[in-house]
Amino acid sequence: MSDRATRIRTALDAQFQPLRLEVVDDSHMHAGHAGARPEGETHYSVLLVSPSFSGMSRVNRSRAVHAALAAEFANGLHALALTLRAPEELG
Amino acid sequence: MSDVNERIEAELKANPVVLYMKGTPVFPQCGFSARVVQILSHVGVPFKGVNVLEDMEIREGIKAYTNWPTIPQLYVQGEFVGGCDIVMEMFQSGELQAMLKEKGLPTTEQA
Repeated sequence: MSDRATRIRTALDAQFQPLRLEVVDDSHMHAGHAGARPEGETHYSVLLVSPSFSGMSRVNRSRAVHAALAAEFANGLHALALTLRAPEELG
Repeated sequence: MSDVNERIEAELKANPVVLYMKGTPVFPQCGFSARVVQILSHVGVPFKGVNVLEDMEIREGIKAYTNWPTIPQLYVQGEFVGGCDIVMEMFQSGELQAMLKEKGLPTTEQA
């Protein structure tokens, strides 16, 4: 797992007490296009199930995740695909 | 208020549905932008695409304007709706179509 993926996982674990957390590095799928860097670690997908999201709008859930990862965005993180669920929303 | 915020607000006032994106609706240059274009086209709502790759000031300004770090960004009647993930989820659940209809915006899709 890449260093950034580990940092993302650690930050989200600490902030959201997730019931489920998956962090996938998709950077290889974006190699060569704007925002990609030769060293990768630019594009990620996150699946996060947390009680913190209960009663929160979609935009606010994403904002909470963006805030937890502000240091990564400031440091070359370019794209973050988010699937954010409260436990009661799981089918 | 800074100039770039004024430009953004003028754009949002002039167009009920605005997508800040990479590339143009005809030629998107990013998969996430392309997906939102596809959804809006499928729903059949007219929208204005703003290519942030052609305007560095807007590219950074729009992120600060709405406190959202990524592109694309969809706005309806001046309100931020979300990026690619949120638009996709709202489309799949039918919320996007319902919201456009409620706001009186034309769509070709039957609810």
